[in-house]
Amino acid sequence: MNTYDIIVIGAGHAGCESAYAASRMGMKTLLLTLNIDNIAHMPCAPAIGGVAKGHLVREIDAFGGIMGYITDLSSLQYKTLNTSKGLAVHSTRTQVDKHFYKRLMRHHLENLPNLFIRQALITDLLIKNEKIHGVRDNFGFVFEAKAVIVATGTFLSGLIHIGNKTMPAGRAGEFPSIELPQFLKELGFEIGRFKTGTGPRLKGSSIDYTKFEIRHGDGRPRYFSYLTKDHDYQEYPCYVTYTNDRTHALILNNLDKSALYSGKIEGTPVRYCPSLEDKVVKFRDKSRHQVILEPESKDTDEIYVSGLGNSMPPSIQEEIIRSPKGLENAVILRPAYAIEYDYVLSHQLKITLESKKIDGIFFAGQINGTTGYEEAAAQGLVAGINAAAKILQKPPLIIDRSEGYIGVMVDDLVTKGTDEPYRIFTSRAEYRLLLREDNVYYRLSEKAFELGLINQQRMDEIEKELIIAKRLKNYLINTRVMDYERKEPVTLDMKIKRGELMVADIEGIQDEYPANIINHVQAEVRYQGYLDRQKKEVERLKDLERIKIYKNFDYNISGLSLEVREKLKKIKPIHLGQASRIPGITPSAISLLMFYLKRGKDSQDICC
Amino acid sequence: MSLNDTIVAISTPLGEGGIGIVRLSGKDAIPFADKVFLSPLNKRLSQIKSHTITYGFIVDIESGTKIDEALFTVMKAPHTYTRQDVVEINCHGGMLPLTNTLLLLLRNGARLAEPGEFTKRAFLNGRIDLLQAEAVIDIIRSKTAKAEKIAIQQLQGNLSRRINELINKIIGLCVNIEAYIDFPDEEIEIAKTHEMLQQINDSRAVLQRLVESFDEGRLFREGVNTAIIGKPNVGKSSLLNCLIEKDRAIVTEQPGTTRDIIEDYLNINGLPLRIIDTAGIRESYDIAEKEGVKRSLQAIEDSDIILAVFDCSKPIDNADMEIVDKIKNKKALILINKIDIESHLFNIKDLKIDDNNCIKISVLKQFGIEQLKEQIYSSCIAGVDRDAMDSYIVTNIRHKNSLEKTIKFLEETEDLINKDEPFEIIASVLHEAIDCLGEITGTVTSEDILNKIFSEFCIGK
Repeated sequence: MNTYDIIVIGAGHAGCESAYAASRMGMKTLLLTLNIDNIAHMPCAPAIGGVAKGHLVREIDAFGGIMGYITDLSSLQYKTLNTSKGLAVHSTRTQVDKHFYKRLMRHHLENLPNLFIRQALITDLLIKNEKIHGVRDNFGFVFEAKAVIVATGTFLSGLIHIGNKTMPAGRAGEFPSIELPQFLKELGFEIGRFKTGTGPRLKGSSIDYTKFEIRHGDGRPRYFSYLTKDHDYQEYPCYVTYTNDRTHALILNNLDKSALYSGKIEGTPVRYCPSLEDKVVKFRDKSRHQVILEPESKDTDEIYVSGLGNSMPPSIQEEIIRSPKGLENAVILRPAYAIEYDYVLSHQLKITLESKKIDGIFFAGQINGTTGYEEAAAQGLVAGINAAAKILQKPPLIIDRSEGYIGVMVDDLVTKGTDEPYRIFTSRAEYRLLLREDNVYYRLSEKAFELGLINQQRMDEIEKELIIAKRLKNYLINTRVMDYERKEPVTLDMKIKRGELMVADIEGIQDEYPANIINHVQAEVRYQGYLDRQKKEVERLKDLERIKIYKNFDYNISGLSLEVREKLKKIKPIHLGQASRIPGITPSAISLLMFYLKRGKDSQDICC
Repeated sequence: MSLNDTIVAISTPLGEGGIGIVRLSGKDAIPFADKVFLSPLNKRLSQIKSHTITYGFIVDIESGTKIDEALFTVMKAPHTYTRQDVVEINCHGGMLPLTNTLLLLLRNGARLAEPGEFTKRAFLNGRIDLLQAEAVIDIIRSKTAKAEKIAIQQLQGNLSRRINELINKIIGLCVNIEAYIDFPDEEIEIAKTHEMLQQINDSRAVLQRLVESFDEGRLFREGVNTAIIGKPNVGKSSLLNCLIEKDRAIVTEQPGTTRDIIEDYLNINGLPLRIIDTAGIRESYDIAEKEGVKRSLQAIEDSDIILAVFDCSKPIDNADMEIVDKIKNKKALILINKIDIESHLFNIKDLKIDDNNCIKISVLKQFGIEQLKEQIYSSCIAGVDRDAMDSYIVTNIRHKNSLEKTIKFLEETEDLINKDEPFEIIASVLHEAIDCLGEITGTVTSEDILNKIFSEFCIGK
């Protein structure tokens, strides 16, 4: 009765994606949450996507994940970022209705035949011979499973700070998980502590919108999901105002009251979402900082304020919030707060996100030291798929750094670890030109299809698209026009390469080819020379990745320094490619390893 | 580190014998060799039968200069040492043509082999057995340890400071572009086109100077310091000219002609010598000559080996004895010059030195010069760590190659900026430049760049 294939602890963005993937792979899955009303809750900004994050959402979608689809259906605004730059760094961001998002997600999960949802607070993991076989809740109730995915977000020993007051909480208004982190420590997991925070929420009707710059979306959607063909949405704008001298004076005069600056917080903060205190103190020469007002939902009068996150006492928060233009009479619905929480050091995970220490436990999301809904969901997808693959005895899903941002993130986490909350950026991807939104399905669908995550029909459609793209490319190569400047005929292909022509501007092309193909071919042709260079580099590295490191390989090799040996034993890379990316591993160490790996070949199992 | 790309190295020990072999292995070994090959019979290496030897020249197509006359051996896979396509180029002219050939091939796309890499490929491709491979593992161990040590030594001081400054400049530019790409919501200003071009141009100029300093004989300048000393007019400058086979120093009948230190580079069996002709040591009232003498004494201090020249056509005097005194505790060869002149005024015994170190020569009649070279070579080699020297030279080549590649990428970046190409393309080429410089000073990671972004720009909600 209470026996499952896979249990997912936590129903945030990581947990939902894990449960969705696992159950779609045929696993009897149990999704456990502290509060069923808060499935897929967005405790921070009401927005999904952004630079590199938008890429992640699309990659999740290519694997048949759910985040992109729910986002499309609950969107309030679409915006393509970086349109002044080239296609590789165009990224989609949406404002979403966070209440609708939750409802929809719950609805979709509830309708999966082999997914079960239950409210419970898990305190113990049941382990026998270093292998998981279930979990127990705080009332002693036992759920059994072959694999467990821990996706508990900021809930482990969560502690909220507002001014000099603290309150144990998973998120504002929700109780934390105290026993589980203790239990993980006892199992021998290395646990660290991070800090994050969120801005205040204001009553919309107390705001004077006439004083702001208005920020509209693009007016036309760029859907995240392959499944979204058409969807009506009403666009909601965002508004921009700025902090001023008064705001900054309020911060500087009250620093001693800030939780962050009074030394009460030990956790490492997120650099990408600095608190207002940090921004004012560290960049004193900046006379103003942006404040963005974003709608939380169509149905409520609640407004999210980005840029005013702080950990001041409520009385000072009130003054701070009323200092920017247009917010003079603003009323706080929920104050800003900072939160500290435990996370699991990610080098303890395999590239499948399974723990190295205990068989069958996977970790996904903010518990691995990341930040962001999209980062969490992407890990949830990887953990969900790999837990299922393990039970089904299928090969695991390993996404290469040259195949997707998901691969970049997971490899960074398990190979390098992170000493501050990790967020994805395009600059983390060495093959940025290869990893684009326009080619996401062409990069990843084959893998998704092999795992049974997308169906034959979709695969056929994608293959058809590739054929059409090829036809367009050939047309560009074979069509010559007169180049009046150079006084010689030139192919369309060449003109596009030089940036003198856009595919979309060729007469009649938009009638003959769909927009996504035009976009894709534009990128492929424009970047071609550079793509070829990056692909060559990828090939070079693939050589190293072909040399697998077997399980229990003995790193006690004379010629390897003790430091190098320790690092290798800690990370346990799966192949020489991964080994070469561990900080401090020299080329000569790799060279030596090559000999010893060749020597022991054929005699042992390859790891994971 | 790949198993299939094309590697190149000088595969004969550096500095032994006048003939040396530059060896290529990998899938592009033959096309790469073809790029530097010029046949008097218009042959192409790609059309030559496997396992045959072809005569021709090594030529730098870009500048049109002939580097050496050579024999090219083409061996196609799988019947080769590495089981890959292999080309061996037999050069004749000693150290300099060898290193120039190597640099030329690197410029044409080959990668400098790691220590023991040819044998490693042989082993991994099943060409040699475990026992043979063991020996190579030892080579990798000892050589890489040494090479790493030497690379660090070479990097200390000026070169490393200048390269680090350069990297920081280029990273600075990259940081600006990366921040501009990754944070479109923030009010990040991108540098003006002319500012970017200026920065790249400055960096390129510095790199160019660094590369030129390699060309000026950096490899050799750091070689064995050899000082020619003696009292005025015993034939020191003539000896220098004779050794280097060109008229480098001005030679007159007039004592005290050489007033400053003249240095040049000599290569004996591949051993690089930095050879210094000093002003004759004597009492002088001429200010310029006095300064020259002072420098000569310093040169003696700094030298690894001294060639002390005496004139056997004249009697030994106090100045000669002073020279003997100066070299007492140094490694020195005593050269008795002008033995073509009949004279009984000079008695070698009066010098009170070990006559095993004496060589009788006549610079004028070119007598005893070959014997002298051999003697210099064997005395030097006695105390020099051969492996260390090999590594030293190889490290130099590696550095020069990295700098040249960096310049190429910066030129490309300039071009892209001028053409107003999108920033993600500019960034991708800048990253290639940074990676090249990173080969010298250690890798620059994306984390380094992010760190700079967050320290320079106020980012975040």
